[in-house]
Amino acid sequence: MKRDMLTGNAAAAWGVRLAEVDYVPAYPITPQTEIIETLAKWISDGMMDARFVSMDSEHSMITAAGAASATGARTFTATSSQGLLYGFEMIYTVAGWRVPLVMVNVSRGLSSPLTLEPDHNDIFAIRDSGFLQIHCETCQEVLDSIILAYRLAEDEQVLLPVMVNMDGFYLSFTREPVEIPDPEEVREFLPPYRPKHAFFMASRPMAQGVAVLGGSAYSYFKYQMHLASLKALEVYGEICAEFEKKFHRGYGPVEGYMLEDAEYALVMAGSFSTLGKKAVKRARDRGIRAGLLKLRLLRPFPEAYIRRALEGKRAVSVLDQNISVGKGGILYSEVASCLFNSKKKPVLLSFIGGLGGKNISPQEFEFIFEKMIEAFEGGPSGPHLLYTEKEWDDISILKRTAEKEGDA
Amino acid sequence: MKEEPIKSFRDIPGDEVIFSGTPACAGCGGLLTLRHCLKALGDRIVIVNAACCFTLLAIYPLTPFRNSWLYTAMASAPAGAQGVRDALDVLIEKGKLDSEEDLKVVVLTGDGSAYDMGLSSTSGALDRDLDFYYICYDNEAYGNTGFQKSGATPLGSKTATTPPGKRHPMGSELPKKDLFDIWKSHRPPYLATISPAYPLDLINKFRRAGQHRGPKLFISLVPCPPGWGTDPSRSVDLAKLSVETGVWALKEAVSGEVRHTVVPKRFKPVEEYLRGQGRFAHLFRPARQEETLMEIQERVDEYWRLHKLLL
Repeated sequence: MKRDMLTGNAAAAWGVRLAEVDYVPAYPITPQTEIIETLAKWISDGMMDARFVSMDSEHSMITAAGAASATGARTFTATSSQGLLYGFEMIYTVAGWRVPLVMVNVSRGLSSPLTLEPDHNDIFAIRDSGFLQIHCETCQEVLDSIILAYRLAEDEQVLLPVMVNMDGFYLSFTREPVEIPDPEEVREFLPPYRPKHAFFMASRPMAQGVAVLGGSAYSYFKYQMHLASLKALEVYGEICAEFEKKFHRGYGPVEGYMLEDAEYALVMAGSFSTLGKKAVKRARDRGIRAGLLKLRLLRPFPEAYIRRALEGKRAVSVLDQNISVGKGGILYSEVASCLFNSKKKPVLLSFIGGLGGKNISPQEFEFIFEKMIEAFEGGPSGPHLLYTEKEWDDISILKRTAEKEGDA
Repeated sequence: MKEEPIKSFRDIPGDEVIFSGTPACAGCGGLLTLRHCLKALGDRIVIVNAACCFTLLAIYPLTPFRNSWLYTAMASAPAGAQGVRDALDVLIEKGKLDSEEDLKVVVLTGDGSAYDMGLSSTSGALDRDLDFYYICYDNEAYGNTGFQKSGATPLGSKTATTPPGKRHPMGSELPKKDLFDIWKSHRPPYLATISPAYPLDLINKFRRAGQHRGPKLFISLVPCPPGWGTDPSRSVDLAKLSVETGVWALKEAVSGEVRHTVVPKRFKPVEEYLRGQGRFAHLFRPARQEETLMEIQERVDEYWRLHKLLL
């Protein structure tokens, strides 16, 4: 074990190196590129025994990665935003192959307008694909999650690919102290991949990815994926317990922060949860019994954990760093659905914030807690699209420059 | 490993790698091509397939192949081949897989993927000098969806999306893309056109290709009875006529050097090939479209003059 100051991207590369992957097909895109550059250098220097290949697009990259995984190699690749969407077709395809590919997505807002900074519309675009999703708050979590992801994906009760998500810039380019586990200990936790399910070898011909005829066969395989994904929640729990015993870092499917006795709770995911935790502390200083629930595992969706964590609260605000245009926050809908039948459900509010990397200021968090207290006393309001007065002034200047002054 | 060329039909391997009873149409020229290709390649292969008619050969839980199979998507079979090839190599290198278990990697696509949607991933695989075979069976349209125009559709062909009408009497107004030259510009070690009507030529090309490491590519012009509007019993004749009229040039390019492998002593008029195909019927009835017929013939002649095989 050693400690180093690592960016989220470097931490991801370390996770891949420690997982001793065999194969990395790659394609560059900001803000993910540092991951594949780091791996390319290590492989070139002989510090990592793997094969690296520069592909011609993300569509090709995910195809190659899935195909290598279907051949029996432990495979890694990474992308972001537009790249994920360009390869979107293959995300569903590879999930259906039931192969244990692990990918990293470095979240970045989707065009248009074109931007570089993060929100979660990219990762939620693949929400229904069959990929499991682990959302990270810290660089340490990124490294550890990749190792966990291979154990989870390769478990015979799961056999689904995993996407480890981190926020671009806020995590990808931010250095934090990270513990790099000892390779031998990681090997004990994650032994080499020995495929029993999907492989290609001359002595045992196999047809993979074949078509089906009719809805009943199709439904059967889709249900299988769904049940395997639900099963993954249980397997994840076991794996994390083992991981914690070995490396002394625990990762539940959700994480509560000052939540136990809280009356008002925020629900968040990703690196902005750190801002939320600070806001909870400040609210506590002001005498509000505040808490936060961070969602770490988004697929499978840890419904029972969320219900248990939020039942009996006075009010809960889901702070979505995404927007389903024409509907609102994606996580709000999901959290609402798992509380709907509960007799102890809290008042539930929806806030959208942090789109395209927009900051969420302390004042905005204060506003959220005010709205929760109001809601408990007088009923819910919103949904609320967070935007500060300063930001409104700034965009007004841009609009004047664009000669769109009069437009609302 | 050098294999001697075969000289007679009797030398064609009797072993079948693909079994009968597939859902392919009667008289499918693509299936006949594939059957011969697999005889040449053997069963220690994995076919990486792009969306095309042949995707429906392997339907759960059945496959007509003795070999392995991976269906990918329409655009990226060559990228799938990259993943499989690299994975086999790295697993063998690391001692995780016995080298006896190695497989040849074979991409199988129709013209829609090869000429249009999959061109970028093919270019990538060629650029990376991937060690694989690529078989494109080209029926000159999107056959599986009901025969719509593709980049492979020739001038004057009727398709479901180039229907001859009052304003567009000739059907397809665009000539066929030259995929052979597009591929050749990447300088692959081996590249050839083949035909289901010339199995000796086909098998010997695979034998020559087998001596090279890197991309080995094949395009077969294949009659498609439902799309071409022809009787299934005429498929072999039509494939033969495509060569005898000079419409389909049988050739190979070894490291960029082009050689024609079958050159008719006297070219039959192209009309003999066009007439009798439903997709070209509008060029003859109700009135002959002389200009179009001449242009089609002229393009064929121009090709052979360019290669100094027609004076």
